[in-house]
Amino acid sequence: MSWETVIGLEVHVQVNTKTKQFCGCSTEFGAEPNTQTCPVCLGMPGQLPVLNIEAARKSVLTGLAINADINLVSKFDRKNYFYPDLPKGYQITQFPLPIVERGYLDIPVKDGEKRIGITRIHMEEDAGKSMHEGLDGVSHIDLNRSGVPLMEIVSEPDMSCSDEAIAYLKQLHQLVCFLDVSGANMEKGQFRCDANVSVRRKGEPLGTRAELKNLNSFRFIKQAIEYEVNRQIELIEDGGEVVQETRLYDSVKGESRSMRSKEEAHDYRYFPEPDLPPLRFTQQEVDTIRAGIPELPGQLRKRFETEYGLSPYDADVLTQTRDLAAWYEALVAAHPADPKRCANWMANELLGRLKETGTDIAASPVSPQRLAGLLERIADNTISGKAAKDVLDAMMESDDDADAIIEAKGLKQVSDTGAIDAIITEIMDANPDQVAGYRAGKDKLLGFFVGQVMKASRGKANPGMVNQRLKELLKG
Amino acid sequence: MPFSTLSEIKDRLDAGEATAVAVAKIYLDRIAAFNGDLNAFVDINPAHVLEQAEASDAYRAKHGARALEGLPIAVKDIFCTQDGPTQCCSNILKDFHAPYDAHVITRLKEAGAVLVGKTNMDEFAMGSSTETSAFGPCRNPWDIERIPGGSSGGSASAVAAALTPAALGTDTGGSIRQPASVCGITGLKPTYGRVSRRGIIAFASSLDQAGPMTRSVKDAAMIAAAISGHDSMDSTSVPDAPAIDWLGACDKTDMKGLRIGKPKEYFVDGMDTGVRAAMDTALAECEALGAEIVDISLPHTDAAVAAYYVIAPSEASANLSRYDAVRFGHRCDNPDDLTDMYTRSRDEGFGTEVKRRILTGTFALSSGYYDAYYIKAQQVRTLIRQDFIDAFKTIDVIATPTSPVTAFKLGEKTDDPLTMYLSDIFTIALNLAGLPGLSQPCGFVDGLPVGLQWIAPAWREDQILNAASAYESATDWVKAPVNFGGET
Repeated sequence: MSWETVIGLEVHVQVNTKTKQFCGCSTEFGAEPNTQTCPVCLGMPGQLPVLNIEAARKSVLTGLAINADINLVSKFDRKNYFYPDLPKGYQITQFPLPIVERGYLDIPVKDGEKRIGITRIHMEEDAGKSMHEGLDGVSHIDLNRSGVPLMEIVSEPDMSCSDEAIAYLKQLHQLVCFLDVSGANMEKGQFRCDANVSVRRKGEPLGTRAELKNLNSFRFIKQAIEYEVNRQIELIEDGGEVVQETRLYDSVKGESRSMRSKEEAHDYRYFPEPDLPPLRFTQQEVDTIRAGIPELPGQLRKRFETEYGLSPYDADVLTQTRDLAAWYEALVAAHPADPKRCANWMANELLGRLKETGTDIAASPVSPQRLAGLLERIADNTISGKAAKDVLDAMMESDDDADAIIEAKGLKQVSDTGAIDAIITEIMDANPDQVAGYRAGKDKLLGFFVGQVMKASRGKANPGMVNQRLKELLKG
Repeated sequence: MPFSTLSEIKDRLDAGEATAVAVAKIYLDRIAAFNGDLNAFVDINPAHVLEQAEASDAYRAKHGARALEGLPIAVKDIFCTQDGPTQCCSNILKDFHAPYDAHVITRLKEAGAVLVGKTNMDEFAMGSSTETSAFGPCRNPWDIERIPGGSSGGSASAVAAALTPAALGTDTGGSIRQPASVCGITGLKPTYGRVSRRGIIAFASSLDQAGPMTRSVKDAAMIAAAISGHDSMDSTSVPDAPAIDWLGACDKTDMKGLRIGKPKEYFVDGMDTGVRAAMDTALAECEALGAEIVDISLPHTDAAVAAYYVIAPSEASANLSRYDAVRFGHRCDNPDDLTDMYTRSRDEGFGTEVKRRILTGTFALSSGYYDAYYIKAQQVRTLIRQDFIDAFKTIDVIATPTSPVTAFKLGEKTDDPLTMYLSDIFTIALNLAGLPGLSQPCGFVDGLPVGLQWIAPAWREDQILNAASAYESATDWVKAPVNFGGET
């Protein structure tokens, strides 16, 4: 009997505005608890929300980038529940009329692309943070996050395995980064995922779904989905029945447990938020936002392949983030002669070195201009590729440009025929037997002479030229 | 002096015949003498009142007078003030001190007013008699066995007994106009969005509006002018609200050309015959002043109370969720766990009527009932709004009784919430429609005041002030209760 998995994802994306959704408090992560609060986000009596229009614009931008419809009029609602980190006792969100509806993302799958529908994006405010661990039986509440703007991006149940779910999430993650609408740092909770998972036998109607919460890394999401799929299949095959419930995934134990059943589910008593008028955009405003959409990863990848002749692999590596792509293009601008050399050196050498120190491209100690200076010296044969790697190592540690380092380390290649010929003659004089052997047909001895000459020049002789001149002079 | 209007006091201050300190002392003395009988004030700090008055006199000497320079104004306990407690007459906010002033409080201060103290009210403004106050009931100066109306009963009682020449109230379903009516003073509820709600403790956000309670129409206009205007921190405060000449609108002495709508739904069998007679006399007076009385119909009036008692409690049920004992307000002793802390704190902190409304609202919003109650009520609200739009196509203002009855006795309706809710039967519809309304005295029945209510289209408070000032100039119903030092 073959099983089908049906997955829908709800992603909470923290919008990277400077101030909160409905007040002027900072959204900066990591401040001392309860230092970024005010009477509005503390839910004090008589305080009223005022929408941060920047958060709304970023939601529209995201909607446009997923090819969705923008609702020129959308409305805010109250979602009611009691929890100590929810100061007002309700969350301001959007329920029947969200800002964005009906979009999609095309994700890479084994045999091409698959279109994943996106039902809606709605705006809402984050709650604060409750801390229970290690506090001796009491709980602490940090309301710095209370009121931070969120977009909830809800997909259609269009994914049929954990790999597709991860591909969708990665695509979405990359998109919000490119759009600069979110920091999307999963460890900081800026990109959080809930998964709705159900299974069914092929051809049967949709099964009962379970909602998995608390998934904060791609790896755990994949594990949690796979655990859940297996759990449901085993349950059904053993004659049981899946119940609609919310389950919490424990990444340490690698299993999930029931958090609340359908019967225990909250009745959120949504109703229109009377403190906020409907949110209105004009078509012109939407068009202005549309004009600000940057080149998106897919477009960028294709352009890098055609315009710079990059391999699909290099194009993919260099378009992972907007910063990477921009860095690469700055490098090409400074060294336009050879975009492929630029790609090789950036992808293999520079990124490798940055990765070792955990440095972001934006914080790279070597600028595109400095790296281009080095690539110029390779191109004009001043140094060998091997020496250039040493120069790059040195550049990572200092502010000197390539030329200064080459000079200081004496790495300049010797490409002067006279000088090379003089060394060759010296080596030939010192090794008459080998000269005789070569001349008698032992071609392999050429390697011996190249090694000797390079050694005598302390690696500075241009290897191509050494080869060429040796063959010439050894002929006799 | 004590029964003078705010504008009369202003004239004397401006003429140098009195100082703000002297004026303040007169009212502080009266509060000391009479508040025990009335329980109109729940917080008063005489030293702080005198400080403000001294500062006002100093300001006047140095810079000249601002719009309300040195004028004493009391405010309902629903307005957050940095000075003194703001408790909304609820145990759940006992000893709560707001770290901010409501926007209207800031406006009053900027206009030079002297804030007298906090007045009694129904807990969270939920009531029509000021009997649900956690600080005990307030009383009506015309008969202290009777209620002063509600929820702004403390403000109405204080102004009627001249413990202050003016006060602020809030009006969600009639809470300014009904107490003004039964206490024989003037109360104005501005158009929704005219006055910022920021810093006013929310009852029903889509209905709440602050306004003045005074001894004359012009006094109401003076205060309305000071407190109205856009506040960028209240998203429901309308940025481009049509401006009006508040004081200029109070110069009318006749009603020539004024078309007054008389809605048949507000003149029904079963209303108090005395109130009915007072209304007939008042409308005859209006005709004599040159107005034309036009019979109109507001066909959905009978559904207003029902719609209101779904919408207002629904909003309140969410607005009052923040009183959860976590960050401020009353917390029960030694809670076992979170649920115990929530339930016991809220059980101890909220009074019966507040609980009743939270439960009503929670029920109306519940899954499975939402469409039948909340959505239906919103549809009714739309119809009521349309009733008024249609009516105002042919008339300028509407005149109705403010309340179907005069002040009733304390305790008379406390066991019968539905009867109590009907106290607001004539005031609720215009809150649902967001319209401005004013109640002014128009007679007495058995020694108890009767109120005349004026309603205008949105943003046309000037039309109300035209009619009310003309009526006031031709009549003499603003009286001083004899037991509180008045002559009548």
